[in-house]
Amino acid sequence: MTSSEVLSAPHFMEFPYTRSTGPMVGAFLTGLRDRQVLGVRDSTGRVVVPPPEYDAATAEALPHDQLVPVGPEGVVTSWSWNAHVRPGQPFDRPFAWALVQLDGADTSLLHVLDAPPEQLSTGMRVRIRWADETTGFINDIACFEVVA
Amino acid sequence: MSEPVTGIVTPIRLDYRYTPGTSPSKFLRGMKEGRILGQRCASCSKVYVPPRGSCPMCGSAFSEEVEVADTGTLVTFAIVNVNFANRVIDLPYVSGEVLFDGSDTTSMVLVQGASVDEVRMGMRVKAHWVPKEQWDFTFANIDYVEPTGEPDAEYDDFKEFV
Repeated sequence: MTSSEVLSAPHFMEFPYTRSTGPMVGAFLTGLRDRQVLGVRDSTGRVVVPPPEYDAATAEALPHDQLVPVGPEGVVTSWSWNAHVRPGQPFDRPFAWALVQLDGADTSLLHVLDAPPEQLSTGMRVRIRWADETTGFINDIACFEVVA
Repeated sequence: MSEPVTGIVTPIRLDYRYTPGTSPSKFLRGMKEGRILGQRCASCSKVYVPPRGSCPMCGSAFSEEVEVADTGTLVTFAIVNVNFANRVIDLPYVSGEVLFDGSDTTSMVLVQGASVDEVRMGMRVKAHWVPKEQWDFTFANIDYVEPTGEPDAEYDDFKEFV
């Protein structure tokens, strides 16, 4: 290398955080490990998924030992097309992000939807595609896929 | 796998392409040759290692290139008792701030060759370089510093750098 060449090198900064989940998110992730999505019923009677620790209206703690199973299928309430894939994203090809209201839930969960762009529509039915191995992490849901 | 989930690992990673710029590039080219290069400020006479092109104290552009020694004084240090990611050094170890002879800035370097209860402020040290065939454009060419055995530096001679 001559002195006129510009030096350049890869450089990364990484923070390998380990986070405590707390009882509510821990129970939600434990459910995912068992291939079951859980929500919690709040003070207004709505089933919230994923379950928050505290009630949005009253700020009271919600019971993490009385979670409500919801369905593996649901409806897309909103979506966004991810045309340019970045490193670390769930797929190495374009895909959609979607808000999915699972059957039995009153709120929507943000996740990945593996569907061609021409099939995407608000109100479409989708189902969970589980990861081959579940570990107790949000990626236990590999993605959502279209219900034929 | 029947225990409830209580923790998750969520790494956050930023990938950069680093281009060091003119003055740090001179420093890194020096490293490739096993030399520690700095620049002297014409206004305040301080020697900065690695050089940054202009003086952070008075703002003057640097003009004089300076080579400093690979011997120096340990001006302060920390004893590390917890290993962290990517570090595989026997615990406990010492991370030191070394004032290389001829420089007016300190560099953070691993200290080896002395037990943690022997390491002290003012200890004279020398760079231990990785084998020459491994020299690259990186400060990591200096694997660590180790004691020279010389008498300690007087505190007054390095107190401004503590």
